[in-house]
Amino acid sequence: MSRAPSLRQPPRASRSRLLCALGSALVGLLALSCRARVKMPHVAESGGDTSVFDATHDAYSLPAPGLSSAHRSAFFVGNSFFNQNWVGAPSSIDSRDGLGPLFNARSCSGCHFKDGRGRPPEAGESLSSLLIRISRPGERGVRGAPLGDPVYGDQLQGNGLPGVPKEAEVKIDYEAVAGTLPDGESYVLQKPRYRCDELGYGPLVPGILMSPRVAPAMIGLGLLEAVPEATLLTLSDQQDRDHDGISGRPNRVTDVVSGQAALGRFGWKAEQPSVLQQIAAAFHGDLGLSSGLFPEQNDTAAEAPARAQPTGGAPEVSADILKAITIYARVLAVPARRNHQDANVSHGEELFGSLGCAACHVPTLRTAELADLPELHAQDIHPYSDLLLHDMGAGLSDERPSFAAQGSEWRTPPLWGIGLVKKVNGHDRLLHDGRARGFQEAILWHAGEAGSARTRFERLPRSERAAVLAFLESL
Amino acid sequence: MRSRRRPCEDLAIPGPVTVRLFVAGFWVCVAACSLAGCRERAPDKAPPAAFTAELAGLASKALTTYADLAFAGYADSAAQAKKLLGAVDALSEAPSQASLDAARRAWVLARKPYPQTEVFRFYDGPIDRVETLVNTWPIDESYVEASLEGQQTGIIENTKDYPALTTELLASLNLKQGETSISTGYHVIEFLLWGRDTRADGPGDRPYTDFSSKHAGNGLAQRRAVYLHLACELLLRELEEVRDDWDPQRPGNYRERFLRMPVRDALALVVKGMGSLSGPELSGERLTVPYETKDQENEHSCFSDTTHSDVVLDALGIENVCLGHYTRVDGSVVSGPSLCEVIGARDRALGERLKAELSRSVAAARSIPAPFDQAILGTDEAPGRRAVWATIQALQRQTDTLSDVAALFDLRVSLASPRKRP
Repeated sequence: MSRAPSLRQPPRASRSRLLCALGSALVGLLALSCRARVKMPHVAESGGDTSVFDATHDAYSLPAPGLSSAHRSAFFVGNSFFNQNWVGAPSSIDSRDGLGPLFNARSCSGCHFKDGRGRPPEAGESLSSLLIRISRPGERGVRGAPLGDPVYGDQLQGNGLPGVPKEAEVKIDYEAVAGTLPDGESYVLQKPRYRCDELGYGPLVPGILMSPRVAPAMIGLGLLEAVPEATLLTLSDQQDRDHDGISGRPNRVTDVVSGQAALGRFGWKAEQPSVLQQIAAAFHGDLGLSSGLFPEQNDTAAEAPARAQPTGGAPEVSADILKAITIYARVLAVPARRNHQDANVSHGEELFGSLGCAACHVPTLRTAELADLPELHAQDIHPYSDLLLHDMGAGLSDERPSFAAQGSEWRTPPLWGIGLVKKVNGHDRLLHDGRARGFQEAILWHAGEAGSARTRFERLPRSERAAVLAFLESL
Repeated sequence: MRSRRRPCEDLAIPGPVTVRLFVAGFWVCVAACSLAGCRERAPDKAPPAAFTAELAGLASKALTTYADLAFAGYADSAAQAKKLLGAVDALSEAPSQASLDAARRAWVLARKPYPQTEVFRFYDGPIDRVETLVNTWPIDESYVEASLEGQQTGIIENTKDYPALTTELLASLNLKQGETSISTGYHVIEFLLWGRDTRADGPGDRPYTDFSSKHAGNGLAQRRAVYLHLACELLLRELEEVRDDWDPQRPGNYRERFLRMPVRDALALVVKGMGSLSGPELSGERLTVPYETKDQENEHSCFSDTTHSDVVLDALGIENVCLGHYTRVDGSVVSGPSLCEVIGARDRALGERLKAELSRSVAAARSIPAPFDQAILGTDEAPGRRAVWATIQALQRQTDTLSDVAALFDLRVSLASPRKRP
């Protein structure tokens, strides 16, 4: 089984210098022959001045330093609503009822546990921090929006209130995909297959499109929102001019407040334009809670037992609570790197740049001025993302287009803080559906535009691959 | 605290390809050497004035005091938890108002030492391994017991999925559906002893008959009593484990490793624990949230209405560490060279300021009138809300000062204190 090796101390200096020199020479030549050089940051503070130094299981849960008193209060209030379980209506506590009737989780923290990353279920477990978006084939809505199943809507909810059947129990089977690296190291990847058991409301439309998504970590979202749109569009244009096979595209989605087109930034396919809309959509789809942005329930007229349930008010999530959670999510701090000066890590960082990974996992962006959140203003941040869509090949395709994104296109996920997933969430599952066990498997799944960078990674000697993985662990 | 860019980062090279390759080779060698040398280079910012031998000696003694305080605090907590276990067993053997009252008193007494130990959290120390099984809150009590009679939704009623209750089961269900799906620990025990706090003028009033099979049917009384016993047993087990990790008589434990750490690393943990409890935990989650929402669901010990005591004891625990002083449950005192002395030896004024602020925080916490769920209500001018707000402010001030302490010793810890703007 090919697993990401754990971080090791670098070898003794003389050997490491020799290896460094040879490796860097080789890689340097490769890099210069075909690619623009990306300057790697080599700094600990991935979130600029808003970074926090904490590598405990609270690493994703801390507020950015320097918050105003009002934002500090909103952070903690938002945190409490993020963590708490919602209940079915009616209940004695008006501020937290309205759950469901159909839902994936009872709380935000049910999927984003400790503000961290979800995973696919273990054998025998139900889906908890992985959900399935669905849409009917062949038809699209405004700006290419996916259209949901006429009965089940655009997402399968695996839970219902008492008396309301759940929509489905999704089962996952994994197919082994074996391979060998050029140096002879063998590996076995696992490719998931999904099937729906126990459909609660009759059949799905034939050929239903399914897109599995694990809950991403919550850190640094306000910083990403603060990167000017022009920066991202410029990155897209530059990538087109390079003719290096990498060509990131912005997703164009709908801002539900204005009804206008907007640049998509958040979610696995960049389907949400703002943190606010992302949160309101998650309340709506994942918890079955209405808000000012999504005033409807998530069930359809064909789901009669759900329709018959009382609601928890209109809306169920008050504007104040939505605002507090949005501030909370925007100022959750990015943890600083732990050992960025370690020679092996530093070497891995250079390799990450020279292999071409950094062409999409863009190391450095700068935030603009934010009138309502000056705490995040003008920061050099290191998310290792361009927030653009890239073709990742057939192996990773969900075959479900969404707005401008094709099935094989995914938004470059930010990598900051990713070395702490194991600490915070106790697992090492990566990619949109959590199929990869550790960094190396995730890299080996890269294809399409990322195929040549993956090939260069595969050709590295084992110690150099370990350096790249050590760099990722340091984030 | 931005780090400066180092020469090995920049390999951008102009010129035609052949020249570029040659120049690249040169720079690559330079880069490789400097990469390998990165470890030996000075850290990002100017190194702090080194600990003098005298200061390191004093700090080392203060760290021993800290470890002694931790051991005494957890030993007291475990001993009180053992008494609590005895009291809940007496309740289930002979349910009566008297035995229920005795069990509630035992819970209140068990809560005297524990909050004073919370300052030892937040740095992957012994308690952080098990804290979620000990003191997690706020709890969604319907995860444990359905809110409506006849529902099968709580762990207690759900005999289909959980036919046999065990400590392992309770531990495995903890936090299963999110951060308030809590199945065990002090606050679950509190809920089982008091029941929901639905009254404005007092704590929950669960009848003792809930534990009596003569009164509560369907085997629920017995399940509830078994659940209560198991939760207390689990609490005791975890607290004993943490106590043993700080026991000076047990070689190879955490205490030994802690006292062998470089002084600066151990000090960073001490300050991180103090600052994390002061700032995000106590002033933020435990006080700001109920203050802003005026919702008793957000108070720490909502079923027993003893939150006011938690706040005082948490603040006192932080002061204990600074002063190197802890009064045990039996009235005896553990004390020794203190953190304040270490700070004072480097910066006398800062040491005094911290001492004064910690004492003001404890005083502010003591001024919050009980019950806490009433103190948070009314206008901002109401005496209760003024006292809660003053405590929030006092705790934030001391968190800022702890940031100054971290800077004094060049400790890289984040205390979520407001950034000092020029």
